[in-house]
Amino acid sequence: MDTIVNYLADPFQYGFMVRALVASVLVGILCPLLGGYVVTRGFAFMGDALSHAILPGVIAAFIVGVSPFIGSVPVAIALALLIGFVVQRTGVSEDTSIGILFASLFALGLVLLSLNDGLRVNLEDLLLGQVLGVSTADIFVTVALAALVILLLFLFHKEMVFTSFDPVGAKVVGLPTAAIDYLLVALLALVIVISVQTVGIVLVMAMLVTPAATAYLLAGRFVGVMLLGAVLGMASAITGLYLSYYLDLPSGAAMTLVATGGFTIAAIFRKRTV
Amino acid sequence: MNSQNGSKPLAVEARDLVVELGGVRVLESVSFGVKQGVLMGVVGPNGAGKSTLFNTIAGLVAPQHGQVLIHGHAPQRVRGPLAYVPQREQVNWRFPLTVWDVVLLGRCCKIGVVRRPGRADRELAIVCLEKVGLLDKRLALVSQLSGGQRQRVFVARALAQEADVLLLDEAFSGIDVGSQEGLVEVLRTLRDEGKTILTATHDLTNLARRFDEVLCINRHICACGPPSQVFTPAVLEELYGAHGMLYTNPSVEQGHGHHS
Repeated sequence: MDTIVNYLADPFQYGFMVRALVASVLVGILCPLLGGYVVTRGFAFMGDALSHAILPGVIAAFIVGVSPFIGSVPVAIALALLIGFVVQRTGVSEDTSIGILFASLFALGLVLLSLNDGLRVNLEDLLLGQVLGVSTADIFVTVALAALVILLLFLFHKEMVFTSFDPVGAKVVGLPTAAIDYLLVALLALVIVISVQTVGIVLVMAMLVTPAATAYLLAGRFVGVMLLGAVLGMASAITGLYLSYYLDLPSGAAMTLVATGGFTIAAIFRKRTV
Repeated sequence: MNSQNGSKPLAVEARDLVVELGGVRVLESVSFGVKQGVLMGVVGPNGAGKSTLFNTIAGLVAPQHGQVLIHGHAPQRVRGPLAYVPQREQVNWRFPLTVWDVVLLGRCCKIGVVRRPGRADRELAIVCLEKVGLLDKRLALVSQLSGGQRQRVFVARALAQEADVLLLDEAFSGIDVGSQEGLVEVLRTLRDEGKTILTATHDLTNLARRFDEVLCINRHICACGPPSQVFTPAVLEELYGAHGMLYTNPSVEQGHGHHS
């Protein structure tokens, strides 16, 4: 018994592991809360695009010397607005518009990075996450933003649900459906920005989609998908962190594979047949 | 057509509506009135502008000219009294909500932003579900219900919204005949309670039995009134060309389906 406790407690004698745990748990909870919408509304590609497109914002923030949050949130929101604008302006499909903007913003980030040799930025950390490098200040920002996201999700829950389920009906009763969708995308952007440090640009997708998709297979109602998703996301994050500590694996990859394991099991014993 | 007679204000009134979508004129000076407590069928061929008319009444499409009045007011100012039952393909069925969840959405605007449904809202939702006969299905996911049951859930949502004008776009599409009758039964009961109901439909064979009044539209209003007066050979030909004559044959009215 004691050995198990030791085994579980051992990593947290180090401050950086405690910070990593707090960050991972927050990301594990937050991502699936938004992930419920991502999975049921087909926002996955949009999420992937957002996570890549914030790169120039992050690099610009490093150049100016401010927190990456300040640089990336505006870029993410600008991307969300631009996607709709390009669709309206040119008549191309939404995924084409996302594809064009996603790639160009990511490329812009790479160009900015190469023009500024002196920057102490590790591209690999950005792409794959560096949860062990989370600072105490990062934790405070993460907690504050997480609280904001959860508060907004709670306050506008029924409006977001109505708009997601029946956009036309919602518009008829006078809900500002376009504004609600932009709020949802802005929250998605915030969550992605929060998560990039933990799981990295490439694997944000996994935390956003996989636990929520598992919950979608197991839970009945949307609220259940959100809550069960959060539990599964948290479990994946914690388990992944342990695996990464003991097996010396990249943390984001370990969390992703644990989440995928959960999805696989749920897919075998699934309740829903969609 | 423009029934100004009678002291009751019209529940729905269209005045000289002109609607263009993408440069194409879809509705051409459409005027009609629906009295309160009328169950009206709206018929016309594909592309006749039925959905556009419904969208204009619902305030989703702004007319180039003319106006819609709900109980004498512009629709933007009276959103509550007007409820819209969406077409099947407008709904995101992958979004997992129970019957109960959907009916409570009808309370969304009454409750106000930021707040949750209270006890009064839940009690009203129960009454609304009883009226459409789905109280025992309240915990089922709407996506798992039959087409007819889904329509009744949306009718219950309209009731929870305390709407008294209901717009049902293509209410009977993809629903088997038995469920269609069940839905008509519900709509008749609501009509008797004073609700005004407009239903777009392709099904001409059951029009006379199902509706108090019929609005025939083919970009302009061809006819409007009780089914017995409306269905003249001339109107049918205007709506459907030569094929319209099929429907004047009474044997077809009882019959087993039709070409469309």
